[in-house]
Amino acid sequence: MTDQTTAVTGGRAHGRAGGQAGGGAAEPRDEPDRRADAKPRNNRAWLLVLPVVVSVTFTALIPLMTVVNYSVQDIFSPNDRIFVGLEWFRAVTRDPEIRAAFLRTLLFSAQVLLVEIPLGVAIAVAMPRRGFWVSVALVVVALPLLIPWNVVGTIWQIFARADIGLGGWTINHVLGIDFNYTLDSTDAWLTVLIMDVWHWTPLVALLAYAALRSIPDPYFQAAQIDGASAWATFRRIQLPRLRGVLTIAILLRFMDSFMIYTEPFVVTGGGPGNATSFLSVLLSKIAVGQFDLGPAGAFSLLYFLIVQIVSYVFFTVLTRTGR
Amino acid sequence: MAGGQVATARRARRQLPWARTVFWLYAATLMLPLLWMFGMSIRPNEDILGSFSLIPQRATLDNYQTFFTDPAWYSSYLNSIIYTSMNAVMSLIVAIPAAYAFSRFRFAGDKHLFFWLLTNRMAPPAVFLLPFFQIYQSVGLFDTHLGVAIAHMLFNVPLAVWILEGFMSGIPREIDETAAIDGYSLPRFFIKIFLPMIRSAIGVTAFFCFMFSWVELLIARTITSVNAKPIAATMTRTVSAAGVDWGLLAAAGVLTIIPGAVVIWFVRNYVAKGFALGRV
Repeated sequence: MTDQTTAVTGGRAHGRAGGQAGGGAAEPRDEPDRRADAKPRNNRAWLLVLPVVVSVTFTALIPLMTVVNYSVQDIFSPNDRIFVGLEWFRAVTRDPEIRAAFLRTLLFSAQVLLVEIPLGVAIAVAMPRRGFWVSVALVVVALPLLIPWNVVGTIWQIFARADIGLGGWTINHVLGIDFNYTLDSTDAWLTVLIMDVWHWTPLVALLAYAALRSIPDPYFQAAQIDGASAWATFRRIQLPRLRGVLTIAILLRFMDSFMIYTEPFVVTGGGPGNATSFLSVLLSKIAVGQFDLGPAGAFSLLYFLIVQIVSYVFFTVLTRTGR
Repeated sequence: MAGGQVATARRARRQLPWARTVFWLYAATLMLPLLWMFGMSIRPNEDILGSFSLIPQRATLDNYQTFFTDPAWYSSYLNSIIYTSMNAVMSLIVAIPAAYAFSRFRFAGDKHLFFWLLTNRMAPPAVFLLPFFQIYQSVGLFDTHLGVAIAHMLFNVPLAVWILEGFMSGIPREIDETAAIDGYSLPRFFIKIFLPMIRSAIGVTAFFCFMFSWVELLIARTITSVNAKPIAATMTRTVSAAGVDWGLLAAAGVLTIIPGAVVIWFVRNYVAKGFALGRV
């Protein structure tokens, strides 16, 4: 049991939980400094990091510089190009289609967070805690996370169809509601949203579950002695311990839903009309479909910049709460 | 006394009476679309389109047989397995020493580098489409397994470094110091003592590299055409063709879930950790 708990929560989180249970005064915030001080300074460690730097330079840095190169030029052919400065950036930020896609993606991310975070916590609270069924529950909940993204699309493409899918058929024939995700933009949006909830709520649930299992038993005993209700136990004991993992969950879900591509591409192809044409869907259309190097480059860089800013918040939070 | 304590703890942890029911209802809902696709994969196409029924009237393995006899399908499945395996091995080789460096030493620019790695895991793959397409073509990596494996290192190397660093930091540094006093050189300590200690961490990391490469479609599709075409691309291209072969598509879907479904039992306790970059 202890082994399993350590495995789920990780050595570090477990140690922290133990420290708090022991004295209550052990302040986890002291830890990063102490650890950092104890690490020896050794610049030869760069030799160990060098392979990573080389590989990331080839896979990320050089491509990114190429994008910068595209974004400031108007390229007619490999030998015929002119420098246009920030022209493409101006064009991209004014483009109504890109603006609409940006707002659409933002709205989608907001809805994803609003549904998945509370639902995930609720599932984690309801999950079994002991015995054989813990493993079964973990396997069942984790399964959607390990399915290829395009297959998630295929699953829902089939499931939500009115003629051959159980979900779409039930809505149309049992509930009597006209539902068709290939023709109606609201239906398409809902299908993509429900698909994302199906696909990614398990991640929130697993993260929350790992944190819940690390709460020491005495907390619950104390609550019971005080005669605390189930809600009070959740609100005062469980929820505060979830803060760290929920931050991670919110940021991960934001980032991944903000760059969603494969699932809507398979189910709706961005349509009907532009209803589910998110930023990545639009960008790959401009880049690979139309091969507009300049606008695609400027679009990519702005997109990347937004992600960088959120990443920075993510990094700051992780390095503060994670250790 | 210990037994009494455990019993009290168990009672104290008791959940609301209907919590378990709600959970298993959720689990069933989660499985429903999956089972539906499986059901579709064992029906002949006439039955799928002909009449709607909950239980397949005639079960058949025809769809699977088509999959394994049509080279377009099974070769792209093999392509995916080849490049994901290559990617997992390459990512690990690069990431293990780096993760050790991050977990054990401070060095100039370590925090910046660690952050830079994260941004690549978080970068939208769509941003890299154009340059990948052009660069990989100009260096002869276009439509090769090695090309896709290298391209996927974009997000898998950062992922592997972060996960492994999380695991390695859980191992006390005293072990390194004791080994040094005993006269082990760093490479010998690393191979003889350290690597065996983090065996399971390496296994988990390899699994996640494999998985994230396996589920990715956008990059893999863009830098391949025929020889290294991934199964995911084969599936989406069939969709756009006139008259979708639903049974075959469902069969292919079931087959692509199998690698994850086979290993899931062994990694069940690490799934959250893997997705949270080793931070949980």
